[in-house]
Amino acid sequence: MNQPILAVRGVDKTFTMHLQGGQRLPVLHELAFEVHAGECVALGGASGAGKSSVLKMVYGNYAVNRGSILLRGRDGAVDIAAAGPRQVLAARRDTMGYVSQFLHCVPRVGALQIVAEPLIERGVPAAEARERAAKLLTRLAIPDRLWHLPPATFSGGEQQRVNIARGFIPGLPLLLLDEPTASLDARNRDVVLELIREKRASGTAILGIFHDVAVRGVVADRVVDVEMFAATAVAVA
Amino acid sequence: MNGAQPLLEVRGAGHAYGDRYGCRDVDLDLWPGEVLAVVGESGSGKSTLLGALSQRLSLTEGSVRYQTADGRVVNLAELSEAAVRRLWRTEWGFVHQNPADGLRMHVSAGGNVGEPLMAIGWRHYGRIRAAAAEWLERVEIPVDRIDDAPVTFSVGMRQRLQIARNLVVSPRLVFMDEPTSGLDVSVQARLLDLIRSLVTELGLAVIIVTHDLGVARLISHRTLVMRDGGVIESGLTDRVLDDPQAAYTQLLVSSILQG
Repeated sequence: MNQPILAVRGVDKTFTMHLQGGQRLPVLHELAFEVHAGECVALGGASGAGKSSVLKMVYGNYAVNRGSILLRGRDGAVDIAAAGPRQVLAARRDTMGYVSQFLHCVPRVGALQIVAEPLIERGVPAAEARERAAKLLTRLAIPDRLWHLPPATFSGGEQQRVNIARGFIPGLPLLLLDEPTASLDARNRDVVLELIREKRASGTAILGIFHDVAVRGVVADRVVDVEMFAATAVAVA
Repeated sequence: MNGAQPLLEVRGAGHAYGDRYGCRDVDLDLWPGEVLAVVGESGSGKSTLLGALSQRLSLTEGSVRYQTADGRVVNLAELSEAAVRRLWRTEWGFVHQNPADGLRMHVSAGGNVGEPLMAIGWRHYGRIRAAAAEWLERVEIPVDRIDDAPVTFSVGMRQRLQIARNLVVSPRLVFMDEPTSGLDVSVQARLLDLIRSLVTELGLAVIIVTHDLGVARLISHRTLVMRDGGVIESGLTDRVLDDPQAAYTQLLVSSILQG
């Protein structure tokens, strides 16, 4: 079998709450799973089990207490659990994208530009980038009268679709999705599911959280149950 | 974020006021195109660190090595004063919290932006004025204000003018000391957005001192948290702010007003 794009091995995550007298909150213990190219893996488990923490650790947004998160990019592998800031930034540019539930709005930047930016940053000519952004926004039913407005004033669903467009546009080997369809109506949800299937078919590895069981059933090849790796509250360092 | 060599390589840096250290034992690397935020409360030593790195304050201990535009790596403490002045004219900028400290308040806006060009040898009046006008436009100051002195400008406009005065010579490294703190919230957002886009466009390396974690989040790649003159925690900005490890960083992050 081919090498996985993402290999998580022996990962522990504990939050230490210094403002609550140093209380330790163990969340995950010995977490291990892999995601291969062209595969969509869903993270399962109850709310609070640590699903979002897993995505954030893979993205380098949360620190890892123990274990390794091997990410295989076009120029070799990097262990995100041990990587320095520059390596994580390079991995985010070249290897992995993250679509969070909410769009972090940048003041004064219009929707079309927000979606085109990831391409421009990766060297695509601005005109071509905006053209591809326009196509994707159209597919996601963002009317062109909104393209030049900053999304801060958009509805929750519109913001989420702008966010999805921005996350899907660069075409990176690994895509991390946190509830990508949470605030979408049925029609737009179907468009997003179609986009996910296209990504998978083109060889993108996908790791996601999909609360909607029907959605998960449609897109996920398998489920990694995060609760299997729950750290018990009595765990000692 | 290219280059095999950091622009700035800081090891064990410290500055003492008499027998008391303002900052101490600071290690950091800054790479071309990278924005580093130094955060902490007042008195944490962040402005002292900025002063020591930019040679405005002497280095009591440690070293700061800088890679010049022509590819040499120099130890800043060993440079002559003339060589440091040359760096200020051609490769470095410094944006002060109070624009009055970085501008000539009674000289015209065009003069404020044109002066750094004259200092590096520009002589043609028409070209200097054209470059100044272009920069006023880039920092969103109406070009018809080119002959007005900043003393007649709003604080936000003055701060944008100070940025133009610093960037007109295409520096490689810009130090910023609380550049947005004296401003109203809406003016602050506009200035931050301007800084963010100019930094990306010009590929500048920036060290920005701020007490505002929101500023750090919006424009920096990496963040250094300081307290009592020392570095408490450092790393990727979103990692430091979303999963702070040190008790002090957790306190800072939890003190942000949720909006």
